[in-house]
This record gives sequence, C-alpha cells and structure tokens, in this order.
Amino acid sequence: MKNSKLTIKDLRVRFGHKQAIKGISFDVYQNEILGIIGPAQSGKSTLLKVLNRTIELIPGAHTSGQVFMDGQDIQKLSNVYKLRRSIGIVSPLPVGLPLSIYDNVAFAPRMAGVRKKRDLDDCVERCLRQAALWDEVKTRLQTLGTRLSGGQQQRLTIARALSHEPQVLCLDEFSIAIDPVTTMRIEEVLKELRSQMTIILVTNLVQQARRLADRTAFMFNGELVEIDDTKVIFSEKAAVRQTYEYVNGVFG
Amino acid sequence: MKGRTRFESIKEWLIERIIWICGVSSILFVFAIFFFVFREGSAFLFRGFKPVEFFTSIEWYPTSQSHVRYGALALILGTFSVTTLAMLIAIPFGLGAAIYISEFCSARVRETVKIIIELLAAIPSVVWGFIGLTIMNSLIIRLFHAPIGLTMLNGGIILALMSVPIVVSIGEDALKAVPDSYREAAIAMGCTRWQLVYRVLLPAARNGLLAAVLLGIGRGIGETMAVLMATGHSIRIPTSLLDPVRTLTATIAAELGEAAVHSDHYQVLFIIGILLFMITFIINLTADLIVKGIRKQ
Repeated sequence: MKNSKLTIKDLRVRFGHKQAIKGISFDVYQNEILGIIGPAQSGKSTLLKVLNRTIELIPGAHTSGQVFMDGQDIQKLSNVYKLRRSIGIVSPLPVGLPLSIYDNVAFAPRMAGVRKKRDLDDCVERCLRQAALWDEVKTRLQTLGTRLSGGQQQRLTIARALSHEPQVLCLDEFSIAIDPVTTMRIEEVLKELRSQMTIILVTNLVQQARRLADRTAFMFNGELVEIDDTKVIFSEKAAVRQTYEYVNGVFG
Repeated sequence: MKGRTRFESIKEWLIERIIWICGVSSILFVFAIFFFVFREGSAFLFRGFKPVEFFTSIEWYPTSQSHVRYGALALILGTFSVTTLAMLIAIPFGLGAAIYISEFCSARVRETVKIIIELLAAIPSVVWGFIGLTIMNSLIIRLFHAPIGLTMLNGGIILALMSVPIVVSIGEDALKAVPDSYREAAIAMGCTRWQLVYRVLLPAARNGLLAAVLLGIGRGIGETMAVLMATGHSIRIPTSLLDPVRTLTATIAAELGEAAVHSDHYQVLFIIGILLFMITFIINLTADLIVKGIRKQ
C-alpha cells in the first residue's frame, strides 16, 4: 500500500443552496500524478479551493467533511498561511502579478521571510529552471511578468507555485490558454517534478490525463464517479458505464 | 429612411444638436472662465504688475494710501502650508479608509461607510467653516492654551475632513479595479491580508491612488469659504501650527467686494485667480494623465 499524502473524507461543499461537491472520499498518494477529469461544473476547481482553504474566503460557501494532509486535519491547522504555502496552485489563466519576473517568483519566499539576496537568487533560478523558463528569461529578469507571452506566463506561474516548495502541486486546467507545444513542454516538466512532490492535475482534456496521470478520478456533478489507475479508467474495465462514455467522448 | 416623416427627421436633427451643445458647452465654459479671469487681470499684468514683488514679498498692502504693495508670498505660502497640513492628515486617513472599505470590511459595513462618506462630501463648505469657527476654535484654545483658535491647524484639519471623501472614493475605486485574480493568486501563495495589501494591491493600484491624492490636493488648494472662516486670515508667514494664516482663495473672497472695479487692486486679485487656475489645472492634468496611464495598462 502506498503512502497517502491527502485523504479526503465525505467532503461536501455548498454555495448557498447550490451543492457543488456532494460527499466525496478518496486518497491522493505521495509522489503520484492524480488526474481529475470531468465536465465543467462538476466541482473540480472547488475541490482545489478546499485543499488550500481559500474556500473560506468565498462568502456563502459551506464545507463539511474532512481533509487530511499527512494525517493532519487541515481545517484544524492554526497556521493557514503555512498550509497554503505547502500547496502550489496554478490557475487556468496565468496571473502574472504586476511585478517583474524576478519579483513574481521571489514573492512567496519573501512573504515567508527570506531576505538574503543570495537565497532569493538561487530560488528564482531553481524554480524558473524547473518550469523550463529560465533560458528564455534569464537575461531580462527585471522586466514585467505581464509582458511575457501566454505560454511563458503560464510557466511563470508554475515557477511561482514551485517557489514556496510545495508538497502538493495543483494545476487547474493549465493548458486552456496556451499552445500545444508549450503544453507538451509543461507536461514534460510535470513528469520530472513527480519525484519531488504530489501533483493533482485537473483537466478538461481527457487525453492529457491519459498521458500524464498515474491514477485518474472522474468527477461529475459534484460526485466522484470513479477513481482508479489511469489504465483502468481508459479501458473497457472502467467500473462505471458513465466513465467509459465520458473518456470516449460519448457525452460530456 | 422612406417611412420616416418630415417631423421625425427634424426632431432627430434637433435632438442631436441639443446633445452636441450639452457636450461642447462644458468645454466652452472652461475656456470662457479662463478668458474672463485673464481679461480682468491682463491690463495690469502687462502694465504695472511686478512679478518679483508678487512672488517674493510678504507685504500685501493693496489699499495703502502712501505706498501700495502687492506681495503675495505670504498668501502663496498660506495656501501651500494649509494644504500640506491638510494632506498630511487626509492622505493617510483617506487611503487607510479606502483600503479598509475595499479589502477588510464586510459588505454591509462597506455600504454603510460609503453612504456616510458620500454624506461627508455633500456638506457645504460654509458649514465646515462654521464648525471651524465655533467648535474647532474653542477646542484648540482649550487644548493648546492658544490665544486664538483660528489657525493653520484649524484650517488644515477642516480642509482634511473635506478632502478625505474624495481621496476615499477615488482610492477605493482604484483598489476595486485591481483584478480579483491577483488577490487569489497572492493568497494562494500564503500571504496574509496585510502582505496582500502592501505587496500586491498598493503597487497595482499605485496610479489610481496617486490620482486620488492629487485630486484631494486640488480640492484643498481651491477651497475658499471654510479656510477663510477657520484660518484667522492674517497675513504672515506661518512658523507654527498655531499661527493664523491667509490663503490665496480667501484673499480673493474677502477683498474682491471691496476693490473698485478695474482698479489695480481688483486686477491683482484676478491675477491671483489666474495663478490658482494654473495650479489646479496642472494638478488636474497630472491626475488625468496618471489615470489614463492606468487604463493603458
């Protein structure tokens, strides 16, 4: 049995009277890539907001159930900022903060209290290298991050998510705003990062999950339909008929 | 256009003209005001006006029998000192309030506070002057044991209270204009609310906040009635907060009624008007350019 990094137990989320997640339970293992697929409105992004507890900032959101990270209930953690730093989030549209490339990546370490120029320099270079962006921007680290192209900005946000050395990296449809070539490059990056962290990959593209994920979860309408090895999900052996139909494009 | 009657097309034409006039008139009025103020002061400006004396002397004796002098230095310094003091109070309070309203308070508190601040902006300036003349005056005398409470401090505080609503409402707009995705991204990286404000929001809203400050300053420099009533109105270079001062605007308001039309004194007052016009014009223009800079981003 593999180690569980995250354990989700009977998680329910509602916004006002609208149920977004209707009681789901599953584990995320250490150093795996877990793909989460499913059509829009099935609660995938909401799930990520629960993990880093930004759901608490949304008015009208109610959460029940538990999420354990390394066996600890995250809702009982006193230092929510530390929790958020241990989870990197990459959002669908790249959000370059209106700062230089350098400051974008150095943002989180600075928040966490790193002051020494040497340490910051090292961190910025390491993260940009990991995100496969270093060679393209190393000569212009002081230009505005928002000047980069869409694909570069997305890699910048990945570098930024890596800068606080997360244990879990969550990517929410990272490829919808970027071209196929960049997407492939980032996918290569993710495969390499797998050895260092746990990756949750939320995606609309079922083929992306098929290429990258060790296991795949299929969410539909706020419910977890099925979670299994990617090979199983993408074969006739999928336990639920709906899963088979979704991954084969019959509905969705 | 076949089905259109003659009456309808005339009506259409008329409405277009009226709207055009409404639009153009605002430009026309500004130019007309500038032209009028300039014309009233221009004869003296090119004849007997001594710019060196005007800008460097503090001797303002427009009605002297023996030796008329028009040194406006004390007035200029009066305007700037009162405005500076007002801004030292209004900017921290105003921006602080803008940050609180935009980022820290609940929706219900926000609506209440905004209504109250709009109410604050709607108080007529003569009422502010009245507050300065009565409440603030006795308060300052009691607190500082000053001989008189109508001082630079009094005027500065009154002016600050008048400028705060402008700084707050424009500053809040600027902060609200920062995309929520910035907030989400920064919070997801584990920064606290205060780190979010000073690391992300203030830099991102920098231009809008600067515009808010400049418009607040413009308000301060242009204000007349309240400062006339609250500052004591005596011509001197202020050396302490408890000195009475006199401002450019208050001088015009107080003396224009006494000066004979088209006399030198009358014209000098209009030259002061031109000076004020130019100062506020430059400030507004700067604010405008800065705001345009935001949109481009």
